[in-house]
Amino acid sequence: MNKKQLERWSPLMLLVVIVLIWEAITRGFGISEFIFPSPSRIWEQTLEHKTTILGHAWRTYWVTMVGFGIAIVVGVLLGFLIGSSRLAYSAVYPLMTAFNALPKAAFVPILVVWFGIGAGPAILTAFLISFFPIMVNIATGLATLEPELEDVLRVLGAKRWDVLTKVGLPRSMPYFFGSLKVAITLAFVGTTVSEMTASNEGIGYLLISAGSSMQMGLAFSGLLVVGAMAMAMYELFSFIEKHTTGWAHRSGQN
Amino acid sequence: MSVTAPTHTDTAFVDFHDVWLAYNDELKAQNVFAVEDINLQVKRGEFIAIVGPSGCGKSTFMKLTTGLKMPSLGKITIDGQPVTGPLKISGMAFQAPSLLPWRTTLDNVLLPLEIVEPFRSQFKDRRKEYAERASRLLESVGLGGMEKKFPWELSGGMQQRASICRALIHEPKMLLLDEPFGALDAFTREELWCTLRDLWEAQRFNVILVTHDLRESVFLADTVYCMSRSPGRFVVQREIPIPRTRDLEVTYTPEFTNIVHELRGHIGGQRGSPPRRP
Repeated sequence: MNKKQLERWSPLMLLVVIVLIWEAITRGFGISEFIFPSPSRIWEQTLEHKTTILGHAWRTYWVTMVGFGIAIVVGVLLGFLIGSSRLAYSAVYPLMTAFNALPKAAFVPILVVWFGIGAGPAILTAFLISFFPIMVNIATGLATLEPELEDVLRVLGAKRWDVLTKVGLPRSMPYFFGSLKVAITLAFVGTTVSEMTASNEGIGYLLISAGSSMQMGLAFSGLLVVGAMAMAMYELFSFIEKHTTGWAHRSGQN
Repeated sequence: MSVTAPTHTDTAFVDFHDVWLAYNDELKAQNVFAVEDINLQVKRGEFIAIVGPSGCGKSTFMKLTTGLKMPSLGKITIDGQPVTGPLKISGMAFQAPSLLPWRTTLDNVLLPLEIVEPFRSQFKDRRKEYAERASRLLESVGLGGMEKKFPWELSGGMQQRASICRALIHEPKMLLLDEPFGALDAFTREELWCTLRDLWEAQRFNVILVTHDLRESVFLADTVYCMSRSPGRFVVQREIPIPRTRDLEVTYTPEFTNIVHELRGHIGGQRGSPPRRP
């Protein structure tokens, strides 16, 4: 096959190689399935428990999407506010950074006290952990607006609002989509962490319960499912990004 | 053929009266000005060019004319109205075309109509009409058929042409050009001189062209002003008596070359002398 085809298939080929090596090692060294299950064992258990896994996966998925949706709304609004006003930027940014430094896993018990066990804390943890990159990227996109682009509108007597909405926001879209890709993976982390301690549904719960009943194959398959979901969402945003911000991804101008 | 200090006329469209500008109050207190003692009267429909060494204050002068900066001293009047803020009756094009890369060429040219009244409030209703107007403008500068292309699909010269169309779409009474052809090659530049000349002769708006290129200023303008080094003041006002319509061939005639040579002498004198002490 030619070079281009090789490049396209290389990730899949690498994955196959890794799975084969993994299988060979676990079989060859006779590693107990309770320590490190082989791919074939994981696959067996996945098929065996597939309805349960799908049920938990769906729960994790919609909870994450809700939390992520809130994160986008809040992130964009706050980012717009901070990026457009120097005063807001200096006032809010340091506090936000301090807030972001707190490990969100530590929030979960507090959220349980306020909202009870279940979807509430999971949605909120997903939101709290993922809105920050979105906010930062929008704010950066607006704050780094080139004066030349701004001048074009200012000479026409455009108000600040016009400049922000007609030039600032479109200009920030590449940053925004970049942040979405990061934030979605964080959102899945948030949900899973919350489910591990404060839920009886979802992949996080599955991991804990499979772990405690020594069903390592099931635990691993839960892990892989969450990873697959996060990756699928990442690719989705990548696709949307390419098709709406193609203007920004040209290397080599004119 | 006057090489004198600027004179007063009573139907000035652009009127600068004893204008001085310091960038901020501290500099003003120290008497450090960016432009000094600007007295300038431009008749309606006149095409003037401003040449001067780098950093002399030409762009600052532009900002004063467009209302992006207020003078520290003196008064500026345009079309009888004192300047208090950015003007809607002017269009501006810069050295960088600065077209918005996420909009097609047509949408870029339409941008001023989305901002400036009275076009803005009628935009939705009259969009089709405006789009036709933009298409006609683009065609008149040789960009017919390029409406749907994105800026990066156009060459530098084409982008600059689109930028000039954008500056003219809202039918301004005054066009301000800040070294618009500086980034282009010599052939494209000469082409765009002719394009600009034709646009101006058809519509006769005022033009203020800031440029480094002496040949460009003498070819295009009715009057050329030379600015001194910083702090900038106008030291020469030279009317160009060459009859309109000027062909590119005229740039090789002795009369043209003499004027360019004479102006060059004035600029050269500015560049050679040591910086003025405030």
